[in-house]
Amino acid sequence: MELVCPAGTPAALRAAVEAGAQTVYCGFADETNARNFPGLNFDRDEMAAGVAFAHGRGAKVLVAINTFPHAGAEPLWHRAIADAETAGADAVILADIGLLAHAAEHHPGLRRHLSVQAAAANPDVINFYAEAFGVKRVVLPRVLTVDEIAAINREIDVETEVFVFGGLCVMAEGRCSLSSYATGQSPNMNGVCSPASHVAYAEESGGLTARLGGFTIHRTAKGQPAPYPTLCKGCFTSGDQTGHVFEDPVSLDATQLIPALARAGVTALKIEGRQRSRAYVAEVARSFRAAIEAQAAGRPMPKAALAKLSEGQAATTGAYAKTWR
Amino acid sequence: MTNLTLPHLPRPLALAAKAMPLAPLSLLLTRLARQLMRRNPGLQRRLGENARCRFLLDLTDLPFLLLLEPGGATPRVSAISRLRPPAHDTRIAGLTSAFLGMLHGSLDGDALFFSRDLVIEGDTAAGLALRNAIDDAELDLAAELSVMLKPLDPLLACTLPSVERLSGLALHRMDRPAGAPL
Repeated sequence: MELVCPAGTPAALRAAVEAGAQTVYCGFADETNARNFPGLNFDRDEMAAGVAFAHGRGAKVLVAINTFPHAGAEPLWHRAIADAETAGADAVILADIGLLAHAAEHHPGLRRHLSVQAAAANPDVINFYAEAFGVKRVVLPRVLTVDEIAAINREIDVETEVFVFGGLCVMAEGRCSLSSYATGQSPNMNGVCSPASHVAYAEESGGLTARLGGFTIHRTAKGQPAPYPTLCKGCFTSGDQTGHVFEDPVSLDATQLIPALARAGVTALKIEGRQRSRAYVAEVARSFRAAIEAQAAGRPMPKAALAKLSEGQAATTGAYAKTWR
Repeated sequence: MTNLTLPHLPRPLALAAKAMPLAPLSLLLTRLARQLMRRNPGLQRRLGENARCRFLLDLTDLPFLLLLEPGGATPRVSAISRLRPPAHDTRIAGLTSAFLGMLHGSLDGDALFFSRDLVIEGDTAAGLALRNAIDDAELDLAAELSVMLKPLDPLLACTLPSVERLSGLALHRMDRPAGAPL
């Protein structure tokens, strides 16, 4: 199985490759990718240098251009695809149907992957993307069980890539408007879920209060782990209950499910976290490369020791082995 | 609940820091900051407009505060008494070891935030830009000090390992390949 690691900066890309990533995914420093955060991402020269570095060590680079172009601003997204091809990228990760059509028509030699942002969660839609736009790989949404992934793989001819570690998006990805409602900026069109410009933390009464667009979404008591400031993992009062209405602030760790995912026909395992540091990337890449090698050799999966890097400092197998409430 | 075990600055060193005159320390740190920005142009580029912000670095085991003003051609760092906290856009607080760990790419800023070992208040976007810029720059404090204090390089080479041993603080990058250029 192929290990696909995130890189928010050239330094993280180098760290990922040196730690054992077979593939790295990254994006340009603008609205064309879903991690459009301050100080992050690659300019054109950095992308070309990053691709050269990775190729020199036998690794691949995928460029995420996985937001949805605004009407009238399509040239920004079209340029990103052209520049990814010029930089030597091994594939582009796209979500928008119009952009897929553009890439298929104008860059037929550039491999196309379907982003998780397209929320393609059944064989019919995946086969449509494959037939209409020549998509070679689909990144599956984080709402499927292992059995559902196996069922999908039996009915499609393209590769599947699944998330095995990192932040969990529990919504139909690419269609969630929670953050847009609170901030006026869209994860899907501006590339920012909970944009930092709208996040404010304050130490109040010994606890940490997190606000997004002026809405208080968490109050974390002293000594308790702090979550990301996302609405889907906010702690709210509903009726007479106070708690995490949508999802607990925990992080995905599917290490122990790698053998099952292999049996389900999965091609690539993806690590979330282009917003994270090179320390995170290197540690997680090393851990999952060891797990993949153990799986290939038929050895038991190593015990993960990555909780300290996780949101909530706790891990879940997410939807892979869970029923929704 | 936090599970990151970070070393605190040993008390004798904290006491020694208390005796430090702040004006000469500010001059030294400003010189270091200017050298860092000059040798790593990506820092300014990644900071972008956030370079105009005033960052209050609250190293909680030090007896003074640091005000970082990275913008323009003349970046500045001021060591300031805790009794007179200056106006700022973003406050980032944590142990000296947490700041050094992020500087050297051995600790993850988000993980420090989750474990409550790092606090950020004020302009979150500016704090994020600073963290990402520093992470990409692959800085090495020992190497930078060696460049800045060139004639004292042999003395530094002897002293820094002892300081690291006594303080428990990493003053150099652990992942720099042997023989890599500074």
